[in-house]
Amino acid sequence: MSAEQPMLSVRDLNTVFPGERGRLHVVRDVSFDLAPGEVLGIVGESGSGKSVTLRSLVRLYRPPTEITGSVIWQGQDLLSVGDARMQDVRGGEISMIFQEPMTALNPVLSIGKQIRESLAEHEGIGGREATERATELLSLVGIPSPRERLDGFPHEFSGGMRQRAMIAIALASSPQLLLADEPTTALDVTIQDQILKLLLRLRDQLGMAVILVTHDLGVVAQTCDRVAVMYAGRLVETAPVRELFRNPKHAYTVGLRRSVPDGGAARTPLAPIGGAPPDLRSLPPGCPFAPRCSFEIPACHEAEPPLVEVAPGHASACIRHDVLPAPQKERS
Amino acid sequence: MTTTTVPRLRRARRVVPRPKPTLVIGGLLLLGFVTMAIIPGAIAPYGPNDFDYGAILQAPSAAHPFGTDNFGRDVLSRVIWGARIDMQIALFTTLFPFLFGTFAGVVTGYYGRWLDAIFGRIVDVVMVFPFLILVIAIVAILGPGLSNMYIAVSSVGWVYYARLVRGETIVQKNAEYVQAGKVMGYSPSRIIARHVFPNVVTPAIVYLMTDMSLGILLGASLGYLGLGAQPPTAEWGVMVADGKNFMTTAWWISTFPGLVLTLAGISFSLVGDGLADLLRPKS
Amino acid sequence: MNRWQYVLARLLQMIPTLLVILVLVFFMVRLLPGDPATAILGDRVTDEAVERLNRQLGLDRPIPVQLAIFMRNVAQGDLGTSINLKVPVSRLIAERLPITMGLTLYAGLVAALLAIPAAIVAALKRGTWIDGTIRGFFQVGLSLPVFYVALQLLTVFGARLSWFPVGGIGSSFGENIYYLFLPALSLGFYLAAMLMRNLRASILEVLTAEYVDFARSKGLQPRVVLASHVLRNAMIGTVTLFGLSIGRLMGGAVITETVFAIPGVGRLMIDSIYGRDYSVVQGLTLSFAVVISLVFLLTDLVYTVLDPRTKMA
Repeated sequence: MSAEQPMLSVRDLNTVFPGERGRLHVVRDVSFDLAPGEVLGIVGESGSGKSVTLRSLVRLYRPPTEITGSVIWQGQDLLSVGDARMQDVRGGEISMIFQEPMTALNPVLSIGKQIRESLAEHEGIGGREATERATELLSLVGIPSPRERLDGFPHEFSGGMRQRAMIAIALASSPQLLLADEPTTALDVTIQDQILKLLLRLRDQLGMAVILVTHDLGVVAQTCDRVAVMYAGRLVETAPVRELFRNPKHAYTVGLRRSVPDGGAARTPLAPIGGAPPDLRSLPPGCPFAPRCSFEIPACHEAEPPLVEVAPGHASACIRHDVLPAPQKERS
Repeated sequence: MTTTTVPRLRRARRVVPRPKPTLVIGGLLLLGFVTMAIIPGAIAPYGPNDFDYGAILQAPSAAHPFGTDNFGRDVLSRVIWGARIDMQIALFTTLFPFLFGTFAGVVTGYYGRWLDAIFGRIVDVVMVFPFLILVIAIVAILGPGLSNMYIAVSSVGWVYYARLVRGETIVQKNAEYVQAGKVMGYSPSRIIARHVFPNVVTPAIVYLMTDMSLGILLGASLGYLGLGAQPPTAEWGVMVADGKNFMTTAWWISTFPGLVLTLAGISFSLVGDGLADLLRPKS
Repeated sequence: MNRWQYVLARLLQMIPTLLVILVLVFFMVRLLPGDPATAILGDRVTDEAVERLNRQLGLDRPIPVQLAIFMRNVAQGDLGTSINLKVPVSRLIAERLPITMGLTLYAGLVAALLAIPAAIVAALKRGTWIDGTIRGFFQVGLSLPVFYVALQLLTVFGARLSWFPVGGIGSSFGENIYYLFLPALSLGFYLAAMLMRNLRASILEVLTAEYVDFARSKGLQPRVVLASHVLRNAMIGTVTLFGLSIGRLMGGAVITETVFAIPGVGRLMIDSIYGRDYSVVQGLTLSFAVVISLVFLLTDLVYTVLDPRTKMA
């Protein structure tokens, strides 16, 4: 945790979807801080609650979905401010980009129009000024011939260009925080790399912080300053990125590390984590990862371990963190 | 990780039904109408053409809940007897179009090419006219009356079913299970009959219910215009026409048949919607 | 291809269909029982009188010749003369078609004004009693016969309350807004029900789309999200449905014109069929076909404008 004031402070965030077939408690007691200009990665499998967490931060869910806890931004709790303030924050201070640009962009409006909407709402500019600003934005994200592309529609762009366009739209009013929900998952590996580099460049140029949600450890390694690992709706480990890879302190993280190729390391067989993610409606008592864990002991099934600091800046919710093996030397 | 599945030849989908209340209501209403159609004599207090010159143009009362018309006929009884005619209309204006149209649609969709080209032309010509006007024109040639009306509606109505079924057939034709069947050497007629047909007939059945509702409306409209059922037949549309000159003096003559007509239409609609929900593949 | 080429191609495609229709109508009309001469002169006339009239009307020539003459005339814009009313058919159509079209479009307008707000409210309040009431109300509209609604509206608001005239048309555009209100309402109610259902379902589908989430995450005002993102997408299918329904509306106009005694093309059609007025029936059929084909073409064009993803093939 840095010594400066965190830019975003989340405490005990809980999100529940009341459904016909039972209440789905998707985000459970999530707490973390975000330092200014930091890139925080939230990593986990599908269904771990990471995307829902992101959307809950800016209250993208409407009742009857319940979001409780506190999300302190600029001295205010976003979960209790009025709608008008929330609309100012969204897009103006905190922006979001989504996984699949083909579905996240309105297919019947031109890219330029979608940028200008934000500009009109948050900066109050229109007409020629807005067009110029929009062109600048497209250029900033690396789209060639930006002036012509302004009038184009999403389906006329290639996958990578679409994602860049979405980023441009999200940046229209110079937000201080960008929430990125799996921005590269739907892209080719080579394009992925470009987009990630773009995000880092923007972070440097604009002084923006980023919360990056992904299931891909490689993406995390490439871009993040700090990482939070999510499982079954909870944060199970948080650490600076190097620390996490060198010294994972949760059985799940160890499992994750073993299940992805480790470029450069000696040839070791990949070991996927057996079993399936738990059903959030019927969680067994104790640590939700215990059924799939190779280090579990009876104590693991008694109570859900809290997230506690086990080393400076490194927190874990695993009672077996001290017996976990250090992984092979990573390629630095 | 995806595992490849060998496509299995699919039979018609069975979906476990859990009927919505609207379907139940519609179904009960429909049952009521069908009952009225089958045994009107047992329900209606009078016959459809029992004149009673001593009791003409009487307002609704205990003796005549729907009042009497200008011939002294009990409107309630006429309405009940009319169910038989209008239910018949629902059936005969849709049965042939459904059967022939589905058949034509499957064949055209499956075999395509010149058959499809001809069909396309027919569709173009038919679609460019309001349905009502086409039917009126044919009735004009054949002469007014119920049977001629059935002929008129059937000769044009099948096109709508055929178009619907053709579309579905084309979709199914390219589905994996049909390709699998071809590979296994099944004859086209077997593929069509056992596999394609059950899947494409479902939308046609759903449309059939809505079409029955439209059929009654059409039949009643033609009855109103004097081109369908003829007076003194107790068809609901004819009854509305019978009473149209008495609207300010004896409103009940037209109003009740019209309401019952609407109710019948609603019941078919509800059943149609309910069926559509039930038969729709779970998404 | 660009838009103009597309329009031209479609117009050319219309021609074979129209030709087929012309020939079909020519023959169908001659299948009508009875012949015009007898219809005009009555039953008790001499054969000579009938023959003379037939020669006058050109009905004694062989059929292929009549057909050829007919096609040539149509190509020159001459639709013949009404046998019963003794005026050029084109003049009849020119007088009456605008009335029917006006009524149809008025009905469409009424339908849209009823359906669109209702669909928005019903979709946004989905599952509540408001939604249920709206859907129930329009469900009834789907089953109400046009002639019944027309008759009741005419009786209650025209005859009894005298809020509206009891049929006929006015002498100016402004007056017609008043005169044609009840007819437009009775004609448009069914369409309103169909549009409402379609739009409500569309809106519900669009509301789950990710671009709506993205729009909200940009902090746009709810009404901007509703207009530019939700409706802009949801309306596409509904507009298409509207265009395709104009044909049905024109059919319903027949009934409405009969109930409200409006001198439009619908009534003329029925009267002419029964009066064995060949020329009028031919001319009217052609007019219907042309108008409705153009409406279809227009609908397709509007669709390509509304949805930039469509390719014009």
